[in-house]
Amino acid sequence: MRQARGFLAPYLLSLPSWVYLLAFFLIPLASMLGMALAVGDPISGYTMSDNYQEVIGAFTGYESSFVRSFWYGTASTVITLAISYPVAYWIAFYAGRHKSTYLFIIMLPFFVSFVIRVLAWEFILSDQGFLLGPLKALGVLPESFRILSTKWAVIGGLVYNSFAYYVLPLYVVLEKIDRRLVRAANDLYAAPATAFIKIILPLSAPGIFAGFLLVFVTNVGDYVNAALLGGPGTYMVGNVIQDAFFQSQDYPLAASLSSILMLMLMIAILLYSKAFGTDAIQEYAA
Amino acid sequence: MSTITARMPSAHKPSRLGERILACFTWAMIIYTMLPIVVMVVFSFNFAPGGRIALNWQHFTLANYGDAFAIQDLTGALQHSLEVAIGSALISAILGTPLALALARHKFWGKTATDIVIFADIAAPAVVVGASLLSLFLALNLPRGLLTILIAHVAFNLAFAVVVIRARVSGLDRALDRAAADLGATPWVAFWTVTFPLILPGIVGACMLCFMLSIDDLIITTFVAGQTLTFPLWVYGAVKVGIPPQVFVLSTFIFAGGVVLAVINSAIAHRKSAA
Repeated sequence: MRQARGFLAPYLLSLPSWVYLLAFFLIPLASMLGMALAVGDPISGYTMSDNYQEVIGAFTGYESSFVRSFWYGTASTVITLAISYPVAYWIAFYAGRHKSTYLFIIMLPFFVSFVIRVLAWEFILSDQGFLLGPLKALGVLPESFRILSTKWAVIGGLVYNSFAYYVLPLYVVLEKIDRRLVRAANDLYAAPATAFIKIILPLSAPGIFAGFLLVFVTNVGDYVNAALLGGPGTYMVGNVIQDAFFQSQDYPLAASLSSILMLMLMIAILLYSKAFGTDAIQEYAA
Repeated sequence: MSTITARMPSAHKPSRLGERILACFTWAMIIYTMLPIVVMVVFSFNFAPGGRIALNWQHFTLANYGDAFAIQDLTGALQHSLEVAIGSALISAILGTPLALALARHKFWGKTATDIVIFADIAAPAVVVGASLLSLFLALNLPRGLLTILIAHVAFNLAFAVVVIRARVSGLDRALDRAAADLGATPWVAFWTVTFPLILPGIVGACMLCFMLSIDDLIITTFVAGQTLTFPLWVYGAVKVGIPPQVFVLSTFIFAGGVVLAVINSAIAHRKSAA
């Protein structure tokens, strides 16, 4: 009896969450994949089509916004990695007993609403704002100079919002590295750069990839930065999905685009878990 | 001291110069991180002509704080946000704690699948989660409002709660609850008297994270809110017509409240671990 209960325990414990996630995460996702294959409109109802033409049509019809999202996502993720690695490295190796204080400071933007953070940047970067206004008045910048509604504003906004999300997984892996390995490399006359490339970089790879996955997926699907900081020329897939739902009410289109995004994510997750295992996947996620 | 370091340079002190550069860079990034927050707080004290935030500094005023709750819709939206944040944090912790225990302490069939689902939930693009939930609510004919917002927020918070609580459970010494079992405690009693008090800081931390994520969320909420507005939705909607200063004032309140709570929580956790 006791044995049986011990055997059942993990299933009983995970049941409530599984029911919830099935009902409000997995089944909606699956039914959206189904919706992607449907043709019709909200009034006359939907019929299922038996091919993926809709999905392919959605992809080719919005190819430019997909390509743009992909580039913005890649650029912002690479830049975020480049700026957060040194910060995570310094905190993990040099911040001593103030480590958690520094991490806390890096996390402070989380205490301000996402939309307010983006809004504050719109404010800072605005054409006649307190930053560019005086510079233009002094003649340092030409009157026509602008950052807002360029792609750089959108990428900058994405970088800002993903910075802390990338520092955390990097910090977790760097913090765990056994310092003796590095000392050993040193004793064997490895130059600091060699020790870094051959030891620290490979050991921090899980964090680099976990962060990349999280930040890249979030940024590819984002539409708020593009909507507030960008202009008509910076439309991303997220904006198209949002419009398809709320303006044209073309649910199959929105579902197709979402499915493509989700498919990209699932491929990335599979590759990641193949490379590093599934235990690690969560450890760096939070 | 300096001679020792000179003779035995450890790779982690490659050079003082390198460390200085890294430290400067970190501080530069901290300033970059803080810039929008500072702007928000400073401009909440700026005179706002015509009830709209001015792009440039006018003059110092406390009037915005006096009128903090003057816009009824905005205050109502904030109230919705707080209700959903508290509700979704509590529900996520209640649902997530058992799963965290299962994942941290048991090997079972489907564990890998659970890991992947949890990660997918965290990593899924917000537009996709929002769009799929809206499809579900449309299919079920469920009227959009506070309830659907709450359902959606639990759906994305749950995974974060599980990960945070799981980390805390993994750090526990299993000998403690085994001892309780040996002394005749049922699993239920052992949980409430031994395990629960020990993982409580993790649960509180998870609740706080969920609260912040919930009060922050714009994209998923946009899809499932219907006519109901939360604080981020109200702000996003107001962008086109101009932002009233109350937005910065209320955000400053949220920011200050969050920081104070986080500091208290970490102070308590520290004292407990020190004792």
